This record gives sequence, C-alpha cells and structure tokens, in this order.
Amino acid sequence: MDLDLLAAEREVAAAVAAADVVDPVGSRIHREVGGPPPVGTEVRAPAGVVAYDPAELTVTVGAGTTVGELTAVLGEAGQECALDPRDPSSTIGGTLACGLSGWRRLRYGPLRDRVLEVRFANADGQLVRGGGPTVKNVTGYDMPRLLVGSLGTLGVLTRVILRCQPRPPEVRWGRTDEPPDAVRARCFRPSAVLWDGVTTSVLLEGHPDDVEQQRGEAGVEPLEAPPRLPDGEHRGRASVPPAQIGALGRALGALGNVRWLAESGVGTVHIACDEEGGLAAARRVAESTGGWLLREAGAPGLDGFGVGLPNAQLMTRIKHGFDPRGKFAPGRLPFALDAREAAST
Amino acid sequence: MRAEPLELSLYGRDAGVDVGEAAAVCFPATADQVIQAVRVAARHDRAFVARGSGTGLAGGATPVGRPLVIVTTHLNQVLEVDQDQRLAWVEPGVFNLDLSRAVQHLGLHYAPDPSSQQACTIGGNVATNAGGPHCLAYGVTAAHVLALDVVLADGSVAHLGGVEPDQPGYDLRGCFVGSEGTMGLATRIAVRLTPNPPAVRTLLLDFTSIEDAAATVSGVIAAGVVPAALEMMDAEITRAVEDFVGAGYPRDAAAVLLVELDGLEHGVEAQVEAVRTVGLEHRARTVRVAADESERALLWKGRKSAFGAIARIAPDYYLHDAVVPRTRLVDVLRQVYAIAAEQRLTMMNVFHAGDGNLHPLIVFDAREPGIWTRVHAAGDAILQACVDAGGVLSGEHGIGLEKREAMPMVFDAADLDAQARLRDAFDPSGRANPDKILPRGSRCGELAVVPEGAWI
Repeated sequence: MDLDLLAAEREVAAAVAAADVVDPVGSRIHREVGGPPPVGTEVRAPAGVVAYDPAELTVTVGAGTTVGELTAVLGEAGQECALDPRDPSSTIGGTLACGLSGWRRLRYGPLRDRVLEVRFANADGQLVRGGGPTVKNVTGYDMPRLLVGSLGTLGVLTRVILRCQPRPPEVRWGRTDEPPDAVRARCFRPSAVLWDGVTTSVLLEGHPDDVEQQRGEAGVEPLEAPPRLPDGEHRGRASVPPAQIGALGRALGALGNVRWLAESGVGTVHIACDEEGGLAAARRVAESTGGWLLREAGAPGLDGFGVGLPNAQLMTRIKHGFDPRGKFAPGRLPFALDAREAAST
Repeated sequence: MRAEPLELSLYGRDAGVDVGEAAAVCFPATADQVIQAVRVAARHDRAFVARGSGTGLAGGATPVGRPLVIVTTHLNQVLEVDQDQRLAWVEPGVFNLDLSRAVQHLGLHYAPDPSSQQACTIGGNVATNAGGPHCLAYGVTAAHVLALDVVLADGSVAHLGGVEPDQPGYDLRGCFVGSEGTMGLATRIAVRLTPNPPAVRTLLLDFTSIEDAAATVSGVIAAGVVPAALEMMDAEITRAVEDFVGAGYPRDAAAVLLVELDGLEHGVEAQVEAVRTVGLEHRARTVRVAADESERALLWKGRKSAFGAIARIAPDYYLHDAVVPRTRLVDVLRQVYAIAAEQRLTMMNVFHAGDGNLHPLIVFDAREPGIWTRVHAAGDAILQACVDAGGVLSGEHGIGLEKREAMPMVFDAADLDAQARLRDAFDPSGRANPDKILPRGSRCGELAVVPEGAWI
C-alpha cells in the first residue's frame, strides 16, 4: 500500500515538474484563502490512511485524505487528531496549507505542533521530505512548520505524518453568560472557550467526574449542541493578541452587521457577514487591536491579508529559494506574484 | 571582548566532545551590544557563534574556523511576566529552572525541562529545540516559544512570531527554533507559561526483564494514557544511581520505569490504576506510588542524578541521543547492548521511553589507548540501528557538529538541498554558526571539495 502511495506521489511530482503554474486541488473548500486560486495545471495529492499504529500515536496519510476519513479511522481505535474543520470533507493537505488549527487549539496547541513529517513535490518535481516519523525529533531544520500555513506557495504536499492522541472518555460542552476570561481562569486546561459577545461556550474533556466537577466550579450549564462557526458569503479569520479579545468583541458588536465567534485564550476570531463591507470593517477593527485578518471566502475586493507581511524580505528569499520560477500559487502571498514577475522579465 | 588563551580555551568547546578554536569571545549585556558584535563580525567577514552555558552535547556551540564567540549569559533577565495571558518575555541567558522559579508563586511553570535545567539557558534551549521528561505530554521547546527578537547575520533585527496565534506568511518562528544558531541569535524570547496541575502522582515500577519494561511503555500508551513523563533506566544505571543518591530504587532490577501522571484528581487516580494494571500484566515486581511530595522529589532526584552517578564509575562518558518508534524500543535496546559487547564498552541507558528517545551512555576512560575509535564506532552503529528501525538522529540535543555527517542517513540530496535553501534565506552569508547541522555538499551543485582557507 505504501508503495502505491509512493507511486502516486511520483506522479504528482512529475505533473508539478511539467507544469508552468501548479493548481493544487483537494476538496476545493479553501480555494480562496489568502488570495485568488491559481489558474494552472490541476494537481491532486493522493488520498488514504497508509500506516497507523495506535501504540505509536502516529498516523501516515496521503495529503489528499479528508479529515472526515482520518477521523473515522482513528476513532475506531479510540484516538483522534483534534482537527475540527468547518467541513470534514476538507483534505489534510488543504487544512495544513491553510494552517487551520481547529477550535480545541487552546488545549491541544496549533496544528503545526502536531505535524511530524511532510513530503512535498518541489518546483523541480522532486519529492522532498522534512521532519521525521517519531514524536520527538530535532534532526535538521523544521520543514513541517515551514510548510504549515504556507498556502501552497512552496510545494505540493503529498504525504503527512501526524501525531494523534487518545480520545478523552468524556466530552461536554457548557454555556454561561459570564465573560470568557473569568470562565477560563476557573477551569484547568479547558479544550475550548468560545465567546460571541453574549454567550461563553466551554468545552471540557477528561474523566467524567472531573468534567462534572469543573462544570460546577465554572458555573456552566449543559449545552447539547456545540456552537457553530459563523457562516456567510464573506468570511475571514482574525488573529489578535488574546488580551485584546474583549476590546475586539465590543468593536465588532458595534459594527452591527458581522457575526463572529472568538477563541478565548488563543486570539483567533472567526468572522462572517453578508456584505463585503462588513469584512473590510472587521479587518480595520482587527488591525486596530494589533492583529490582522485573513480573508477566507468571498470579499473579492479585499486582498488576502490586508497588512504588509512582516519580514517580507526574509520570506521573499525563502519563496525564491524554493520556487524561483514562481510556479506555486502565484498571487497568493504578496511575493508569490513577485516571483512570477521576476521570472517573466 | 576577550582573546586571552584561557578564554579561548574555555570557549573552544561545549559539553560535547568536539573541540574548536575561537578567535575572540565577547560577553554582551544588552541586545544592542549583541547587534554591535554581529556587525563587527560582518564587517570583518568573520563567522560568529552564539553560546549560552555551553551545556550542549552535540557540538552546536563549538567554534569552527576561528569565529567570534558571543556569550549570552549576561543577558539573563526575566523582562516581563503576564499572568493573565500566561506568557513571559525573557533574555536568552536566563537559566531554564530560574524561569520556573520566577513564576512559581503565580501557580505557573515553564514546561520544557531538560535534565540540565539548572544550568542550561532558554536561548540554548531555543537553539536546540530542547526536550526533557515532561515533553511527552507538554511538547518540546518549539511548542512553548511564541515570539523572538533575533539578530540576523548581517546585523539586522527581525521580530519573528508574536503573541497573536498566527502571523501572515511563513512560520519563521517555527523555522528558527531548533536551528542551532545557524539562522541568527535571539536577544529576547516570549515563552508560554503552563499552569501547575492540581494533581500529580509519580510511580516507580521495577522489572526483572528490560523487555517487560519496554512492553509496559507501549501498553500504557495503548491503554489511552499519555503520562506527563515516562522514563526508563536499565540495570547498570539504576544501580549506579541508587549507590549515588539512595532514592530507594531496587538495586537488582533489570529496568525501572518512572511514570508521572498529572491533571485533575479523578483522571489522575484512574490513570494510576491503569498504569498499575498494565505494569502488573507485564510482570512488574512492584508498583510504588510516591506517598507525598518528598518521596516524589526523591524518585525524581534519582533520575536527574544519573549523569552525576556515572562520574563514580568512569571519568568520561559519551551520551548519545536518537529516537526510535516506541514499539521498536526492545529491538533497538538489544542491538545497543550487542554493539557495546562487540566494542568492549560499558553502556548504560537512561532515557525518555515514552517518546522513544534513547540515550545510550558509553562510559569509559579517555586515557585508554584507542578507546575513541571504539567509542565512535559504537556511536555510529547505534545511530544506524536507530535509523534502520525507522528512527531519527536526535530527539533533543540537535545535530551540531557531531552528527552533521550522519544527516544523509535519514535525508536524501533533495531533502538536504531544501534545508540548505531555508538556511540560506536566513543567512545568505553563511556566517551564523557555520559547519553545523548540514553536511558539506548539501546544496545541489555545491562543490564537495572546498578550497583551503575558504569560509563555509
């Protein structure tokens, strides 16, 4: 089975080598994140769970595997990866490329901490491996972290090894009208504390007696269905210093025309609205609190990031080092376009 | 700035075995002075090496090619602690344990805890992406670094990462952590602080066979328990430690496991019972749960005194650091002992079993003629055994100078070329800690033979 995956990866690499512009395609869910979808040769990463040993707490997948499929396979062994995507038909490769950490990041950390090894097709059509299969590894530079969140601008992910974890015996949502900071302070390592400006939703996981006790101490009522991420034609994800969540929430509330859900203690705020102007206004609010807003869907008039890239020179050197001819996702990330222009002049 | 023979000799190596030569050593006390030092090095086209306490074991701070050594131990202030947001800004020369001590009264600690934590610096931890017993549950240094101010090799300053969860573009903070000083030098670091767990239990399990102990490690994980720490010690080291500190370890055990469980009370109690059950299923002779804090501290003192105990057995030791999949521990340990026998060396093992992070310790007397040849041969054979089992070259000490030539054991030419491109983006001049991590010839098209006198 592993040999089949390798053969499929080689096909991806060959397609990348032959292409002028590469358009990595998964479930087409995150196509607009951070910039316009590339117009070029469609390349699809192989799918499938290739190797999984519950006692290792690691799983190897083709990057085209959907989060839903991975969740089902791990679930049979009582494990999970704590990936909580908006849509379980998202592929692992797309989730990684967009750096989508899921709303249990407060407890389980960002997605980049859970990626052990990546393999990707580089601009020359070679397969490149970074990281390693073991849960602990400092052998060479941390290439997986470079690829996570790179929006497909450095290569096409073909294979990924992820760290997984036992599923907690009890998983319970609760709700309260108290401010999220106060609730978070009363719980020991809650998995998520979400706030929409009115209601605070708390996710508690662990031994049933501990969950019950924490719920009492935090003063939260049971919540049957978890909160939903706000939906709308125009969507974005703000990233702000966690201490600014309260101020940001008040300012977003004052806008009136946006729906939002904040991850307290993390600093991620999911934002949606029906008019493009709402997302632009939300971006201004995020920037005024020292953060920024990534455009995820809709809002064709907004660029991907809004703010200038920090360390743009350094990032440009990385981009040019990996993709000198600008074949990966031109137009996504400001300098991705530059590389292509540089190649054409 | 010093260039006396004593300084040059002191700073000519770290705690690894390789010896280099510094051109000069400087001790900046402010970030500005670090910038000035790097700029002076750049002006003279001279390499520079950052160095904290020098506890590194892979030669990462060994000066190669007569560079300027920039010692960060005077940059030792905890600058800011934010209790609400659970983070601290520190200078690179702060000792790891001092940071936890500084925030203890707030019910917080800094989770990565290398065994050298009394002496090693946060800056050095960042360079190597250091680990420690509690990294099994809490993650290595990279998971705890939020932001860094770094001086790049051209003397410019970059702010990497941030207290906000994501930054636009590439995760430069993630690239920098673990880059062993080859991408620049951190002058200010924001780290995550972790709340102290309400309940902690520490268990000692002892076994008459190392196979049973290793099977217990896998069994515990398979039972759905991820301990805060899961350490293993073999017969030789257990005896040595017990003779040294009297922690109450059974002197006749073939192996002992030290297991720490933490979290909320009910969950921890359930996990204690799960570990006890798995241990007894695998023929543990005794399962001892520390009754109180002092007994717990004593059990840990045994583990953390291992290196001190070795000094009583032989004057020198060579500590290896490699990782294998957890389920291959028994196989690889058998091979390690066979390699020791073949090379007529005494080998001891004390390691982070939960992570599969082996630390075979070769103890010897360096005065014995020809001993280094055998020590190195054993080291190479151990690495090969680990890689053959699906492992990697280092779990927490880094590659440094010591293992750079072993990198092709795990990475092919295209992999190494990509890593070289990343390094070059940060430091096109190649002046930041040259000759570390990547073997010569890593860049595609690079000449394998370098002209004499050339800077690499």
